[in-house]
Amino acid sequence: MNRITHKLRENKKLLSIYFTAGYPQIDDTKTILEQLEKSGVDVVEIGLPFSDPLADGPTIQASSTQALKNGMTSEKLFEQLKDIRKSVSIPLIIMGYFNPMLQYGIEKFCQKCEEIGIDGLIIPDLPLEVYTEEYQEIFQQYGLQNIFLITPQTTEERIQQIDQVSEGFIYMVSSASITGSTNSFGEAQQAYFERIDQMQLQHPQIVGFGISNAETFQKATKFAKGAIIGSAFIKHLTENGTQHIDGFIKQIRM
Amino acid sequence: MSTTNHINEQGYYGEYGGAFIPEMLYPNIAQLKENYLAILSEQSFQEEYQQLLRDYVGRPTPLYFAKRLSEKYNTNIYLKREDLCHTGAHKVNNTVGQILLAKRLGKKRIIAETGAGQHGVATATVCALMGMPCFVYMGEIDMKRQAPNVARMKMLGAEVIPSTSGSKTLKDATNDAIRDWINHPEETHYIIGSVVGPHPYPDMVARLQSIISQEIKLQLQEKENRTQPDHIIACVGGGSNAAGAFYHYLDEKEVNLIAVEAAGKGINSGESAATSQLGNNGIIHGSKTLLMQSKDGQITEPYSISAGLDYPGVGPMHAHLFSSKRAEFLSVTDDQAMQAGAELTKLEGIIPAIESAHALAALGQKKFQPDEVVVINLSGRGDKDLETYINYFDL
Ligand SMILES: Cc1ncc(COP(=O)(O)O)c(C=O)c1O
Repeated sequence: MNRITHKLRENKKLLSIYFTAGYPQIDDTKTILEQLEKSGVDVVEIGLPFSDPLADGPTIQASSTQALKNGMTSEKLFEQLKDIRKSVSIPLIIMGYFNPMLQYGIEKFCQKCEEIGIDGLIIPDLPLEVYTEEYQEIFQQYGLQNIFLITPQTTEERIQQIDQVSEGFIYMVSSASITGSTNSFGEAQQAYFERIDQMQLQHPQIVGFGISNAETFQKATKFAKGAIIGSAFIKHLTENGTQHIDGFIKQIRM
Repeated sequence: MSTTNHINEQGYYGEYGGAFIPEMLYPNIAQLKENYLAILSEQSFQEEYQQLLRDYVGRPTPLYFAKRLSEKYNTNIYLKREDLCHTGAHKVNNTVGQILLAKRLGKKRIIAETGAGQHGVATATVCALMGMPCFVYMGEIDMKRQAPNVARMKMLGAEVIPSTSGSKTLKDATNDAIRDWINHPEETHYIIGSVVGPHPYPDMVARLQSIISQEIKLQLQEKENRTQPDHIIACVGGGSNAAGAFYHYLDEKEVNLIAVEAAGKGINSGESAATSQLGNNGIIHGSKTLLMQSKDGQITEPYSISAGLDYPGVGPMHAHLFSSKRAEFLSVTDDQAMQAGAELTKLEGIIPAIESAHALAALGQKKFQPDEVVVINLSGRGDKDLETYINYFDL
């Protein structure tokens, strides 16, 4: 069974962490993954950096720019992850924009992911319609779950459509925003979380964007299955390098 | 796949186009897609649009027979005078149309990206006209290069927001405008400045610029007793002035379409913006098209002396015109463009925008027959480029 599906069956709220591969140092990828697993993180999203990340805020943009300067490429990332399944067993997802994958070759990219033991992909700029028409078969052939986003503006009809095509979980964007926004999850968000919960979708939801600490993690997971922390973790890496990852995670989960 | 040079129902020109957008933009793009054709053909829209083009923009722009230039190149050259549009370039044809569309969609806030500042000025202008708040994203580097246009936008009441990410130029300003739209999904309309971005933008902007070729047809009929020139030449940044000049001739194969890209310091110099020569298929700003990129799919930074031409992609219509060979693509260096700009100034008393000077420089690369009719789309005037001219020619 796909590791994501398996993980989603555990009877607890899931903590997922995003980081940009190749940041802060080019060779930090493996260390960060091992540290995250050790400190009890449930799912990791490994960001493949892109020159023009148009759904990301300044923190992730800056980490991507630095990672590219450090020399990160798809090829390099696959090389770093070659033996990752010897030391890391939690679900791993690659999150990246479509163009670098397209240039690498979608089938070759998926094949590499399978070889390494990647469980899923999040590609914000690959729309549902293009995915189902052109790529779904290939993703499935290599055992990759494609994770779709929904937002407070997504209509119910479209959410149902997304739920039909989804595997694993649905990535629930917390508010109308790019990554890294500060968020207190007020009434509007709570209402949105509850509304989605009441739709009784087939796939569990994991909330992302704007989660930065124990309080926002708790609010986000009141209804949803889990939450994803990105920019706040990148900031931690900027300040501490690969030190004290355990401390950062413990303070979220408390 | 479509077999014509126009967009198909799925939003593609051949294999190019589409809407590769994050889900956050889906509702806005869907709303546009479902409404743009109906709005553009509404009678009340057309009346208002045509009236503004006539009384505010100053259309029709003249089709001017350039006698001395024609003598020099021993052919018959007409200039389509988009430089005489209000605000100094063709960009305003699009912004007038889009602001009327935005109002009909109930939008209250306008955003735009700009490189040279021409599109930013054209957007700020129509926002002043309609009393709408306007936010223009502009690369930090371009703000320095095009300071007079920054001042114009501010005077027009727009807020100019520097883009400080990536290469700090047009592509980053476009990214930032898209991010703004993600952050303000309900009340905001994004006025894109060229035939780029996700479907339906390329087609919508092409339609709003198609007034250029519509007028050329009528004006040529009057002057030459024919609607078709032998050749139409236009410069291509994203491709909007070329799309407008080509539009009504796309399916008339007798008419040779010539698109001119900026070669910068030379195609192989590493400092160029000749996308069709240096690019390959990929996705930029939500569109599948030709773009300049590294072999692992990172978008590379283009260069041209002309801030309006240094975009690392071309619109999907042009990618299709290139790959189907419907249009001929030339590239012109900084030096060739500057010389062509000086030449037009001396022979005809018209100082062209450096973008448009690229189209003029095609005259030095192609041989036209004495009985042929050549239309060059003079997309803008050179006022904004005076400092570049001064520095280049040591005036
Ligand atoms: C005068 C002029 N011509 C041409 C362009 C290039 O844009 P496009 O290729 O969309 O016409 C610009 C862009 O700023 C411009 O100002």
